[in-house]
Amino acid sequence: MSSNTQANPEYQLGEKESTNYINASKGLMSWLFTIDHKRIGLMYLFTIMGTFALGGFLALAVRLELFTPGQTIMGPDAYNRVFTLHGLVMVFLFIIPGIPAALGNFVMPLMLGAKDVAFPKLNLASFHIYVIGTVMALYTTLDGGVDTGWTFYTPYSSTIDSQVVMMTMSAFVLGFSSIFTGLNFVVTIHKMRAPGMTWDRLPLFVWALYATAIIQVMATPVLGITLLLLAMERVMGIGIFDPALGGDPVLFQHFFWFYSHPAVYIMILPGMGVMSELITTFSRKRIFGYRAIALSSIAIAVISFLVWGHHMFVSGQSAYAGMVFSFLTFLVAIPSGIKIINWSTTLYKGAISLDAPMVWALSFLILFTIGGLTGIFLGALGTDIHLHDTYFVVAHFHYVMMGGTAMAFFGGMHYWWPKMFGKMYNEFAARLAAWTVFVGFNVTFFPQFIMGSRGMPRRYYDYLPESGYQIFHQISTVGSWILLLGMLIMAVNLFSSLKNGKEASSNPWEARSLEWLTQSPPIEHNFHEIPTVVEGPYEFPIATATATPQGAESSDP
Amino acid sequence: MESTTQTGSFWMPPQASTTAAEVDSLFDFIMDLNYIFFAIIFAMTVYFVVKYQKTDENPIATSDLSHNTVWEGLWTFIPLVLCLIVFVWGFRVFLNNTVAPDNAMEINVTAQKWSWSFKYDDGQTTSDLYAPAGQPVKLILKSKDVLHSFYVPDFRIKSDVVPGRYTTVWFEAMKPGDHRIFCTEYCGRQHSGMYRTVHVLSAEDFAKKKSDGFEGRPEGQDPAVWGKQLYSKYGCNACHGLEEGEVKVGPSFYGIYGRKGETADGQSYVANEEYIRESIMEPMAKIVKGYAPAMPSFKDQIGGDQMDAIIAFMKTLK
Repeated sequence: MSSNTQANPEYQLGEKESTNYINASKGLMSWLFTIDHKRIGLMYLFTIMGTFALGGFLALAVRLELFTPGQTIMGPDAYNRVFTLHGLVMVFLFIIPGIPAALGNFVMPLMLGAKDVAFPKLNLASFHIYVIGTVMALYTTLDGGVDTGWTFYTPYSSTIDSQVVMMTMSAFVLGFSSIFTGLNFVVTIHKMRAPGMTWDRLPLFVWALYATAIIQVMATPVLGITLLLLAMERVMGIGIFDPALGGDPVLFQHFFWFYSHPAVYIMILPGMGVMSELITTFSRKRIFGYRAIALSSIAIAVISFLVWGHHMFVSGQSAYAGMVFSFLTFLVAIPSGIKIINWSTTLYKGAISLDAPMVWALSFLILFTIGGLTGIFLGALGTDIHLHDTYFVVAHFHYVMMGGTAMAFFGGMHYWWPKMFGKMYNEFAARLAAWTVFVGFNVTFFPQFIMGSRGMPRRYYDYLPESGYQIFHQISTVGSWILLLGMLIMAVNLFSSLKNGKEASSNPWEARSLEWLTQSPPIEHNFHEIPTVVEGPYEFPIATATATPQGAESSDP
Repeated sequence: MESTTQTGSFWMPPQASTTAAEVDSLFDFIMDLNYIFFAIIFAMTVYFVVKYQKTDENPIATSDLSHNTVWEGLWTFIPLVLCLIVFVWGFRVFLNNTVAPDNAMEINVTAQKWSWSFKYDDGQTTSDLYAPAGQPVKLILKSKDVLHSFYVPDFRIKSDVVPGRYTTVWFEAMKPGDHRIFCTEYCGRQHSGMYRTVHVLSAEDFAKKKSDGFEGRPEGQDPAVWGKQLYSKYGCNACHGLEEGEVKVGPSFYGIYGRKGETADGQSYVANEEYIRESIMEPMAKIVKGYAPAMPSFKDQIGGDQMDAIIAFMKTLK
């Protein structure tokens, strides 16, 4: 065992074993029916890369159509289906499962010093359910698709002639996958922590997953019930949301956002968790305000249940309700702001290196700041009335969801890639991809703020040439091509690393949390012996160095 | 007649209503906060990243600063106070923008896929909105089918139009001119085509035009030419083409007058004047075979002269 992690970055904790979780057993069945959290994590990862690519190509098609007014490459019916599917795929198939189910599944038990999650079979079941839901969504698309927008607002969705029932059932099924993962994570984090891994020694990524899991378990059933009610209205003609049948369309919006606003935090909290890991590791410094960051995740999870009405300021809900929701919305903004400042402060007096994961993390920091700050316009009633349902909102949530969560996802993927596959990718290409995406992202989405506040509504197939919006649409479309270029560089680089990459050491980034204690790729059962934890996850050396991650003692190679 | 997006500020369209300036002051205040906080975060991040690069001289962190209660308290408290200011300010602007003055003129607005109709106190209806300058106007909105949303960027007003209930919105336009109306709640195929214009007239012009009929046939114009304008004004063009054999949601109008055919329930029909009138007023009475029963009624919107003109226009399509 090396005594100084700094002097020799390529240090090994001992002789590397040739058997690891990837080559321990062979054949397709050994993957499809595995209960190893690492293999399940990888299967999620590759499925999610596929759904991200699909959602991305749909986005490129939307942008291309809007390059000129009138018809560019498709008619209005096709366009409405494409933007709907883009939203559905990105929300339900990419962002929600992205970080928790793919990266979290792989890393979280390792971080806890556990051999697996609490319920390995349930973990596999939630992957299978995810695949079934995905197949249902894709089948629905081939079978005519839906043109309702991902929000399924009634009574359009309950009366229009498209495959709404099948698509909502797909989201219903996917919800169960999400609930099972959440449940599994809550129990795992409570019960499977290694000796000495107290709550204040948990890595912040685990804290974030914990907060996320609570929301998943508590909010997702409401979505399931809502979609079921919608299906019942369509199939059996029971009047719930359609006023023609005696229902109330605004009730649907309340139900829908009661889930979908907390879901926004299901999407962003895990990304915030990844950020805390990346920022500390690449500035080689203890996180600033550990407790504030951990508790703000929980605060966000709780308050997120009370702000759904801010999606409905112009829906006809009462002014009093609008006031209460606006107030609570500002409260939920504060913990996110605290996190941003804490990450930035963590850099102070660090030893910062701009490796690829750090470039993604800094992108997150900048883009999420813009996304968060522009949210103030939308939380304030007076300005939201003007901006609601314009491209300003589109730009805002893309800065948060893509500029935030997706950047964290890619950053985390680059960070843990060596651990997952035991291979290093080309560092130059990885940085180039991250910078290209950063530039492409801003070129795509910043113009949307401007045309949005100038009045361009969202979900529009067409706009008038004399309206002055065209130049912004065109810049935005060109930006989407830059994004594509960045994504392609990343994909080629990562996949070619599997074949040609240099061998990765067990701890290539000199990080301090437990996943770096085992070899890369890890052995099947993670650790030969459960490590004993004696300090926090960010005890980077200042004057005197400790050798092993979290000071853990282990006979592990 | 066209929207004036090009002549607003960098961020905002022109201010054409009495409340627009209030909205914009709040917008500008929040924008200033955005610039300041972004500048702070950006400057801090860039400065630290540049200054504390990992080098041979700086291989490890030089501080293990873990928290600072005073600073953390400050950067919780200051944003919280600013947020509360924005909240109160936003709510006040919202109330001014939502609660119509007592002396407001009322206009009833009906939205349907994919057109608007505006009904005035004398019973006449129009497809564009006509409003006097310098007079508060309260719109009472309802929808015949799905959700729509009534949005005039230059007035900074927006309200969803909800089937089964009334919603309201009000404005006072400052001077004569034309402003764009958008639908901002997704409503299907022609959602983006559901734009119309608010024509703001001086009080005298408004009174005069109102007594003449806002959308009457212009003096001396051929009824068929006016009929063609009505065809696009009422959004007929969304579902009915003019080319031979063109199939949209409904059948093409090419050669419609005198066309013989069969309805979905097997009756035969001849498209004469009465058939056309009935199809516009009671679209469900006869559905042409092979088409979905998707058309809304235009009973409250298309009046006597207009019907004549539309029929005259149809007669020219051959």
